[in-house]
Amino acid sequence: MLDKTPHAVSTAVAADAVGSDRSVERDVVYVYEAPVRLWHWINATAILVLGVTGYFIGSATPTMPGEASDSFLFGYIRFAHFAAGYVLTVGFLLRIYWAFVGNPHAKQIFIVPVWRKNWWQEVLHEIRWYAFLTDKPKKYVGHNPLAQLTMFFMYTLTIAFMIVTGFALYSEGTGKDSWQYKLFGWVFSIWPNSQDVHTWHHLGLWVIVTFTIVHIYAAIREDIMSRQSIVSSMISGERQFRD
Amino acid sequence: MGAATETFYSVIRRQGITRRSFHKFCSLTATSLGLGPLAASRIANALETKPRVPVIWMHGLECTCCSESFIRSAHPLVKDAVLSMISLDYDDTIMAAAGHQAEAILEETRIKHKGQYILAVEGNPPLNEGGMFCIDGGKPFVEKLKMMAEDAMAIIAWGACASWGCVQAAKPNPTQATPIDKVITNKPIIKVPGCPPIAEVMTGVVTFITTFGKLPELDRQGRPKMFYSQRIHDKCYRRPHFDAGQFVEEWDDEAARKGYCLYKMGCKGPTTYNACSTVRWNGGVSFPIQSGHGCIGCSEDGFWDKGSFYDRLTNIKQFGIEKNADQVGMVAAGAVGAAVAAHAAVTAVKRLAGKREDAAQDQ
Repeated sequence: MLDKTPHAVSTAVAADAVGSDRSVERDVVYVYEAPVRLWHWINATAILVLGVTGYFIGSATPTMPGEASDSFLFGYIRFAHFAAGYVLTVGFLLRIYWAFVGNPHAKQIFIVPVWRKNWWQEVLHEIRWYAFLTDKPKKYVGHNPLAQLTMFFMYTLTIAFMIVTGFALYSEGTGKDSWQYKLFGWVFSIWPNSQDVHTWHHLGLWVIVTFTIVHIYAAIREDIMSRQSIVSSMISGERQFRD
Repeated sequence: MGAATETFYSVIRRQGITRRSFHKFCSLTATSLGLGPLAASRIANALETKPRVPVIWMHGLECTCCSESFIRSAHPLVKDAVLSMISLDYDDTIMAAAGHQAEAILEETRIKHKGQYILAVEGNPPLNEGGMFCIDGGKPFVEKLKMMAEDAMAIIAWGACASWGCVQAAKPNPTQATPIDKVITNKPIIKVPGCPPIAEVMTGVVTFITTFGKLPELDRQGRPKMFYSQRIHDKCYRRPHFDAGQFVEEWDDEAARKGYCLYKMGCKGPTTYNACSTVRWNGGVSFPIQSGHGCIGCSEDGFWDKGSFYDRLTNIKQFGIEKNADQVGMVAAGAVGAAVAAHAAVTAVKRLAGKREDAAQDQ
């Protein structure tokens, strides 16, 4: 912990110098490059649309009144789901591309260094931090090891699974001659009855919902507790260490 | 066995068609196909000499609903399929011969038509206890099946039993009933699933094989593409109600009377590959959804083990109690949400306590 006096001085200076030197005592690192940030928010929007429409596809809407020709509600819901699914998929592919050309932090959600012993020790440290057994968090420029682990299993793998099963289910409508079936039809070799694929795809939704809860909570909490920027970093791309 | 070597020509003559008409037919066929002048005599020659395809029809662990369906075929009539198109040499349920006489035909066909006959199997072999749960002619059915499959040209797996296992293979499957393709792995197998399959689909498959002398194109699961490449849902006449978002909510509600979509009533049309919504049943009269009941998915793998026929979402048994994906997911999300809230509360308390300590230290 820094002494409180310099801080008081700098606020006093800030009054005259229009806050230009507020960052003097803070370390700022550029972590999230523009494509990653753009992807994050487009992806988040797509997931929101997919989650809501997906839930309705699974449990259907209340019955619409009038003639069938007057309404296309379920058709639109399904269209929104498929459109958002395409956006998510294209985004995911571009994100994989960016893991190759972007900075080292861009690789974090795809490659987990499980072979490194000290990495596991740091995971343990993070678990202790979240279990209130450690007073001070360690500071990481990118994701902390526990976050990385969660990100990989609950986000990266789940989304990949959702893309594969999603396109397999989509191919049921586009037909057996479609490229979707040619690319993803093998899913039905694993589950010959597509009802099982529906069930798994549906469970995937709840993994993503659970992930979202944890993700948002952890981001806000770390922002406050670890004295480093998390939430605003996904907008500015910069991570500030406040002390 | 004279019947086994009977040609198409002899069948045509037996049906009262004169030799003169037969030759006219051959000439017309050659002309309409745009073939040369010699083709007419070649067609005639082929029909006079080509023997009908011998078919051995066996029954394992099953309920004979496939046979019941088959004999009701309207296009083509089953009498044409059985008496003219194929040479049904053995079918222990409907044949006149019985006992040793019947069993002798199997041996004879196997030797005489080695590699040329079609083995049609209704039902499946149970493998538990050495196959003793289905004894046929004094031997376990599985042995008979393996013996006849050895020299067959191809195998037709009739119905959900032979294709997937059906009710006798439903959990816990005490007899270890096993679909044909898990027992016979070295022969081409056509799956014609359904409980039972549609009559016209059955005779359609037989007609294809006898007409072209080869098997129809099969999909990934081994089903003929011409009947099983689309879902009931894709050709359902209630599909506009699905797209509009008009669903039956109760069996006796207004929506049910208006014939809305049965999606919410657990209709398995969206996950079932079959021709019911196009070919329909009983000579094209109706099919389950048209009669107001959802599809139960009888032509799909393990349809007995997918929970209630009236639920949209499948129960997941791995979680101990029967819950569907939504229930499991909501519990998981709720638990995590509660944990997060609790964690946040502890964090806040600890932080406040820490601040007070800091303040105390500062003073």
